[in-house]
Amino acid sequence: MYRSTHRPAAGLGATVAAGALLLAACSGGSGGGGGGGGGSSAPAEQVSQAEIDQAMSTPTKLVFWTWVPNIQNEVDLFMKQYPEIDVEVVNVGQGAPHYQKLRTALKSGEGAPDVAQIEFQYISSFRLGDDLLDLAPYGAADLKDQYADWIWDQVSDGSAVYGIPQDVGPLGNLYREDLLKQAGVEPPKTWDQFVDAARTYRAAKPDSYLTNLPGNDPGQFTSFLWQSGARPFAYDGAETVTIDLDTPEVARVVDLWNTLVQEDLVAVDPDFTDQWYQGLANGKYASWQTAAWGPVFLQGTAANTSGLWRATTIPQWEEGQNVSSNWGGSTDAVLSTTQHKIAAAELAKWINTAEEPALKLATEQFLFPAYQPVLENPAFIDQKSEFYGGQEVNKEFAAISKTVSTDFGWLPFMDYVYSSFSETVGKAIADRAELRPALQAWEKDITAYAEDQGFTVE
Amino acid sequence: MSSTTTAPPSAARPPVTAAHGNRRSLQRHERTAGYLLVAPFFLIFLAMIVAPLAYSGYLSLFREQLLGGNAFVGLENYVDAVRDSAFVEGLLRVGRFFLLQVPLMLAAALLFALVLDSGRLRLKRFVRLSIFVPYAVPSVIAAIMWGYLYGPDFGPFTQLADALGLPPPRFLSDQWMLPSIANIVTWTFVGYNMIILYAALRSVPADLYEAARLDGAGEVRIAWSIKVPAIRPALLLTLIFSVIGSFQLFNEPKLMYNLAPNVIGTSYTPNLYAFNLAFVNQEINYAAAIAFVLGFVVMVVSYVVQLSSQRRERRP
Repeated sequence: MYRSTHRPAAGLGATVAAGALLLAACSGGSGGGGGGGGGSSAPAEQVSQAEIDQAMSTPTKLVFWTWVPNIQNEVDLFMKQYPEIDVEVVNVGQGAPHYQKLRTALKSGEGAPDVAQIEFQYISSFRLGDDLLDLAPYGAADLKDQYADWIWDQVSDGSAVYGIPQDVGPLGNLYREDLLKQAGVEPPKTWDQFVDAARTYRAAKPDSYLTNLPGNDPGQFTSFLWQSGARPFAYDGAETVTIDLDTPEVARVVDLWNTLVQEDLVAVDPDFTDQWYQGLANGKYASWQTAAWGPVFLQGTAANTSGLWRATTIPQWEEGQNVSSNWGGSTDAVLSTTQHKIAAAELAKWINTAEEPALKLATEQFLFPAYQPVLENPAFIDQKSEFYGGQEVNKEFAAISKTVSTDFGWLPFMDYVYSSFSETVGKAIADRAELRPALQAWEKDITAYAEDQGFTVE
Repeated sequence: MSSTTTAPPSAARPPVTAAHGNRRSLQRHERTAGYLLVAPFFLIFLAMIVAPLAYSGYLSLFREQLLGGNAFVGLENYVDAVRDSAFVEGLLRVGRFFLLQVPLMLAAALLFALVLDSGRLRLKRFVRLSIFVPYAVPSVIAAIMWGYLYGPDFGPFTQLADALGLPPPRFLSDQWMLPSIANIVTWTFVGYNMIILYAALRSVPADLYEAARLDGAGEVRIAWSIKVPAIRPALLLTLIFSVIGSFQLFNEPKLMYNLAPNVIGTSYTPNLYAFNLAFVNQEINYAAAIAFVLGFVVMVVSYVVQLSSQRRERRP
């Protein structure tokens, strides 16, 4: 269920149900306020509260494309709040098929939804065609202080806001306490220790690996680059893109994993496959460097290992540092083709920031919240998880969220970048071949594509 | 329509001319009726087949960039396509697939059809249905099933190999992927082809068999010398279907992508490549050109297959 919101690649995960979760559902009590908030310090085009009120009491039909399971519950709350607005929720597929259909609809000029779920790394690709409505005049600008800086970076450019953050995936580390103990390995604090731990672990338990590095998950790999301080991609919103994978921050990530892959110290199975689910459940992998949406996902996948897992921070590049990155997460954006700009913007904003639906998304759909008030809500962070030996996993990841480094950019064609990754670096990982040449091939390939598509590459 | 053919002759006219004019108008009426009857088909054919094809052809002559818009490039996309190593490798791969898989599948389908037709089987309906069932299994179910069977860590073959102390078979590795896919395709389509061949066998007149028996032919001889030649058109049909199916291979590799993403990649077969070009790379124009080149290749191969079989037929 989880990865649904985070991963572009739609795997075969249907078999995995997040199942009975212990997290107490909590209805937020008083229904969320309208959240219109017509700010006073606004640009000229700022939509006034009167206009909002009028739009929200005019019979309107909105179409909302999203693949968040059961989001109908939050949408129902919205329709209760605004009885004149009728929202149709449509799930056209998760990740890739969703974007394909969205692009097709936008290109054909009809059939596009009013509001659509869009992952952070895809925002720039939809800005390319001016397909996203700037939400700043619709009250979104006032939300800035409710999000961590790195999250706001992801959805905004200058004063423009292109989506309301829905959930995020700060990177942490989940590990099997029992297996590590048996192998005499401490959870590594730094990446150097990680390599040593992988070696020790492998020697002590030849049937198992400290972790798995999938060759089909550019999202995870990109989050490793982000955490190392690399900023390989950028887009200026016009014609110029930056592609730079030839930096020490990228090199140290690639070299580290190269060692682990070449020396057979990590497994190289594709993730989100049956084989991988089995590997998590039967102890083939003793840890998973994953995002904040990982804990609940793992709980559904490896239910038989309940109580054996723990959550901690991702290993650091420098001792004493505490830097994380992000993997996955998405926003709700309004398409510029909508006929109902105010109502659509209100829907995107309301379900993610009004108290009741926002908390519901976190505690019932288990989306890891981007919205700070939910991240501080005791109903969310004080939950203890038996699967993690009673640890307050949400609190752990809420703390990690604060350490995510800022200013990570994307290219306006991440589909291609990711697909090219799987053909180059990913293939090298799967074949246990040298990663450096593959990295160069990746950079060369995406640079050629960018130039082919008419971008100026810096 | 009967009303048009039974229109009474005009009484005012002289009989001869009336008969003459009547016949002519009858012909005209019939012709109109004919066109009217095929019109629904042609309308749908034009709207659903010809128009999209023409549009794809039109698209393939342009190049639209993410930035910088759309430009007419003539046949440049086609030139790129035939020089594109990813595309050519994919073509060669499906060519190998055709040579490897189709003879096996059709031989099996023919054998099953002959056995069913021989009437020596009990539970004939059940057997017929069982062989056909895989064709009706939804691909999602098939994916889960084959994922389990081919699984390198836990599949039944792996367990068997473990029990025997052998290294587990790597069904999903680079070397084995094509045979693994061929196996799935065979499993799916053997029943489908069998039904076509079986239906053809049922329409062979039984007196031929009787005559052969009187001449002392056994079942095997009858099958080889009467049944197989009698259903040659049906065999050719299944062969042509298989040419098209092989070169258009898409579903099975797409399904295997979920199990072995780095082995399949983006251009394992030409169709998969065209799909990824269109929807991942957003190079719709180039994808259209690739699709046309592929269509052309399929046409040529089908034609060659048909021609060679006709030549064989003409031989005494």
